[in-house]
Order: sequence, then structure tokens, then C-alpha cells
Amino acid sequence: MAITSSVSPDGKQVTIFIQGRFDFSSHQDFRNAYEHLNPTPSQYRVDLQGASYLDSSALGMLLLLRDHAGGDQSNVQIVNCSQDVKKILAISNFEQLFEIF
Amino acid sequence: MNDQRQLKILVADDTDTDRLILEAIVKKEGHSVISASNGLQAVDLYISECPDIVLLDALMPVMDGFESARLIKQHAGDRFVPILFLTSLSDNESLVKCLDAGGDDFLSKPYSRIVLQAKIKSFNRMREMNATVLVQRDEIAKNNLRLLQEQMVAKHVFDNVAHLGCLNSKNVRYFLSSLAVFNGDLLLAAMRPNGNMMVLLGDFTGHGLPAAIGAMPVASTFYGMIPKGFSMTDVLKEINSKLKQILPVGIFCCATMLDVNFRRKKITIWNGGLPAGFLLKAKDKEILPIKSTHLPLGVLSPRAFKDNCDEYYLVNGDKLYLWSDGIHEARNVMGEMFGEARLIDVFQANKDSNRLFDDIISGVQTYIGDSEKDDDLSLLEITMVDPEDVNEYALETSIKKDGAVVAWDICFEVKPSSFKIFDPLPILINVIMEIPSLRSYNSALYTILAELYANALEHGVLGLDSALKNSSEGFSHYYELRNERIQNITEGFVKIYIDYWTADIDGRLVIRVEDSGEGFDYKSRMGASLQTTGYSGRGIALMERMCESVRYLGKGNIAEVVFVWTNDD
Repeated sequence: MAITSSVSPDGKQVTIFIQGRFDFSSHQDFRNAYEHLNPTPSQYRVDLQGASYLDSSALGMLLLLRDHAGGDQSNVQIVNCSQDVKKILAISNFEQLFEIF
Repeated sequence: MNDQRQLKILVADDTDTDRLILEAIVKKEGHSVISASNGLQAVDLYISECPDIVLLDALMPVMDGFESARLIKQHAGDRFVPILFLTSLSDNESLVKCLDAGGDDFLSKPYSRIVLQAKIKSFNRMREMNATVLVQRDEIAKNNLRLLQEQMVAKHVFDNVAHLGCLNSKNVRYFLSSLAVFNGDLLLAAMRPNGNMMVLLGDFTGHGLPAAIGAMPVASTFYGMIPKGFSMTDVLKEINSKLKQILPVGIFCCATMLDVNFRRKKITIWNGGLPAGFLLKAKDKEILPIKSTHLPLGVLSPRAFKDNCDEYYLVNGDKLYLWSDGIHEARNVMGEMFGEARLIDVFQANKDSNRLFDDIISGVQTYIGDSEKDDDLSLLEITMVDPEDVNEYALETSIKKDGAVVAWDICFEVKPSSFKIFDPLPILINVIMEIPSLRSYNSALYTILAELYANALEHGVLGLDSALKNSSEGFSHYYELRNERIQNITEGFVKIYIDYWTADIDGRLVIRVEDSGEGFDYKSRMGASLQTTGYSGRGIALMERMCESVRYLGKGNIAEVVFVWTNDD
């Protein structure tokens, strides 16, 4: 699983791309993608276009990102989810915490 | 065109002086000359020497010029040999006779040498042009022959891939008429392992070869997946993504797909872009249109593709009709289309539903009359019957299925040396995916197994406490510890026990995962709602939503989930 990220030119938005299985083995890369950014972005996007699967530890990582981004005041989008991934996010009621597309 | 090239010219004149003058003129132009003193000799020389142009005197002994011209032209066949009559005759009748005999022009004696030279040049140009046309004609004929041979081979391959499957079943009638060698319409039918019949009628944009190319992957996917038991939505998704990937924008496949369950008398239908099919109720002759509710195959990306289907419960004798737009758009000599209204008229005028299929075909063909066909025509009729009236296969599966119970279990143990390098999930999923009715639950079963295994390994074998995950640092620490402990593991196990049971209507999968760990006090936690505020605890919640039950046994080191499904497809 490869994790890459890109920051918008104005530094306000960071997009994190997940490839392959999104599980515990990617947690360090995932954190590195959004921590220590200067300036701190105001908007976060997780692009799951290339993600084949996500497990409960990935759900934990998404929550870590949400808290890092400001918790209830955060602006985190999860985009390009497959039907299967959407189902897992829905079962965990994540649509109440994230904007899911 | 090079009119300077040396030509071989046959000169035939019985008058020596005239012939000598002619020879001199022709030679002076740089051409070579062969001479004859009568018509018969001219014909013989033509055959042996094959000259490019013939100059004939009209009146000669032995054989006159007219007869000679006729024989030479006959002999030349396709080859254009200009014949120029040189004659002292000047009456219209004789001149016409020259041309009638096959002459291409005439020149009255005494002729002007300049005009003669000019005519030779002019005829040579025509001759060369004619030779070019002949070469091109032969090339075209050769290419056409090659194209036809290639098409025959391609058609053979195509027919083997896009074959008609089980369309010869007793309760199926179909009509396919293609506009070109290759049919732009595609009709496929196969039996599923459970005895259902799956049918796909497709109409590619365009017809002939471009349409046939798209039909190949559709047919190979269809016939590859269905005998393995994949569901209709799986097959549709796969075909759609394949077509989306390979077809250029603007080429797609309008299609209707059916799954006919003869035991339960149920039809499941997905229609993407084909004209509404008709469901004809045997009891009251009511027509129920099966409208298109989706975009054609090959248009949407896999993510946007919609696979929801409509279901209809039928009784024996109910008939389903599907057609491509070839029937609706069939034109009469006035250019008017047949249209749905006329189709409904045919249904309403019909008295015997066993003859309806023929009525539709003859109705359309009478309507078209002598006007030119401009699209492929396809019609399919499926009658709801009992399995024994479908085919042998449906009968066999129906006997096998009635009241049959299939049950097995497997036990799988992961040993200590394997934990750090071995992932048991792919093997287990492969085993489970061998069961056709479980294939559509692939993703849920994977999640369930993955969560169960992760819990058994991390909390049981490795003794990690999920409370560690309550903070961001703890989360990282948890996985650092996981990594560290898994490297040094020397004892422990995870046993995965799967118990499978299925009967006619539904099935049940019990998955029990036991680990070598200490377990936990699950009894005191029971009833407490799952903690959903921290960064952990979601695996259990996922499983609880996907399974009928999740419970712990023993000292808390055994987790058991029960997954149920219905075989009702």
C-alpha cells in the first residue's frame, strides 16, 4: 500500500491518496501525510480511489486525522469510495463525522 | 502515361504499296511493325504476336477486315486492343459496319499521316488507361476475396465465442437476423449451477465488425462467469467495466439481462437502454412493459454503475418478450417505422399465445415488405415453465436441489512461526468463494474474517491492549508494539473453524476463531454499548452489523460469529 499526498498551491488543502489495502500497516505513512504541514491546512481530503479494502484500524486512523484536523470543527472529506468501502463507512456511522463522496 | 514508349503495331493491308507506306509511318514514330496481307493472317499474327494496336484495311482477300476485327476482339477478351480501320469506303453504312465489327475508329483513305500518328497516340493513351483499370479491377477482386476469407475466419471465431448457449431449451424461441456478416445484436444464454437460466440480449451501437468486436468480451465474460455461479449483478458489473475500458467513447451496448428461476417462478431483470420488453400474463393477457431504467453497458465507470434489478413473480405459461430496437425501427416502403403501437396491436390481435412469436415476426416482415433493412432484428420469447420443461440441466439441478442439505466444516490453525509472514485470509476467502451463493458476500466475509483474525492475533496471541489506542501517540505505540512482538513470537496459535450449512432456501456460516491468549472478561462487558469514542472497537461493531450474531466463548479467547444468507435468487 502506498500513501501519497499533495498540498494545494495556497497550502489550504491537503489530499491524501491511498493505494491498495488501507490497514494498520499504513498508519505511519498516513500520519506523516498530514502531520507537520506548514501552514496547517484547513481542509483535508482522503482519496480512496485506489483503496481496495479498509479495516477497522483504518477507521481508527481516519478518526485520528479528524481529531488532528480539529475534531467537531474539522473539515475532512473522504472521496472516491467504492461501494464496499462506502458500506463499511456507513455501518460505522462515519457519514456523521465525515463528508463522504 | 508515356506515349513515347515503343509499341508493337499490326498492319494489315492487301495492297503492298499502302502497307509499305503505313509501315514507314509507324516505324518513323519509333514503333515496331508486324504486317499481314489479309484478315486471316492478321488474326494469326494477333494471336502469336499480341500487338498493342491493330490497323486494318476493311476490304481484303481471304478474310475481310470486319471479320478479322470481330475475331481479334473476341480473342482479346478483357484486354483492350484498339482497332483502327483504314478504308477507301466512305459511305455511312460501311463506316458504321467498321465500328459494329469491333473497330474503335476509322480513317478514310487517302489518310493524313499526321492524323494517323495522332490517332495512334490517342489510342495508346486509352489502351494504357484500360490496362490500369484492369490491374486495379483485379486487385480489388483479390482484396475483396481476401476480406471475405478473413471475415469467414473471424466469423468462425466469433460464433464460437458468442455462441447461443442454452437457447435451444424447450421453453425458448428466438429470431436473429443480421444486417451484415456479423450481427450487431448479441443473444447469449447459459444455465447457472443452481438451475436458473441467465440470458443477455445486447445491441451495440453500429453493426458489422465494429459491433462484433465489442460483443466478444461480453460473450466470453458471460460464458466464463455464469457456470461458476456468479450473480447477475456481478456479471453485469464485470461486463460494464470491461466495455468501459476497451470501447471508444460513443460505442456502447444497450442490453437487457435476465435471471430466470424456474423453481421459484421468478424473473430478475436489468434493462439498460433496450426498448421495453413485454411480460405477457397467461391468465388475463395483460401486458406488463419491462422498461429500461439504466444506462447502457460500457457508459458508466465501475463506480457509477447501477446494478439494481427488478423482480417479477410469474406463473407457468407467462411469457416474456425481449427485442432490440430493430423491430421498433423497421421501416416500410414509405420509410415509416413499425413502432411500439403496432407491436401492441400484434399482441392484442393474437388469439393463441403459442403463435404470438410467429405473429410478431410475420407482422414485422410483412410491414417491411421490399424496403431495405437498416438494422439487425432480434426477438426472444421465454415461457415460464417447470424445470423439467426447460432442459436436462434444469431438471437435474431441480432434483438435486429439492430438500438437499449441504454441510461441511474446516479447521485452520496458524502456527507461531507463521504469524509474521503469513496471512491466512486469502486462502480462507478462496475456499469460501468456491461456494457460488456466497460470492456476492465476498467483501462482507473478508471484513468479518479480517477483524476476527486481527483481534485474535493482536489481543490474544500478542497480548496487546486496545486501550492503548485511546490517544494518537498510543495508536502508534500500539502498532510499534505489534510489530516488535510479532517478530519475536515463539508460541501461540490462532485456530479458525468454519462450519458451512446450506439447504434449499438459506444457508449459514459459523466462523469461530480461537486464540492462545488469556481471553477477557466478556461477561461483565455484555450489554454495554460498544465504545465508539476512541480509536478502537469498531471491528466488533462492523461484525455485529454484518452477522446474525457475534459472541464470545470460553474465557473470552473464542469469538464466534454466525453469518446467514438466503439462496433465493
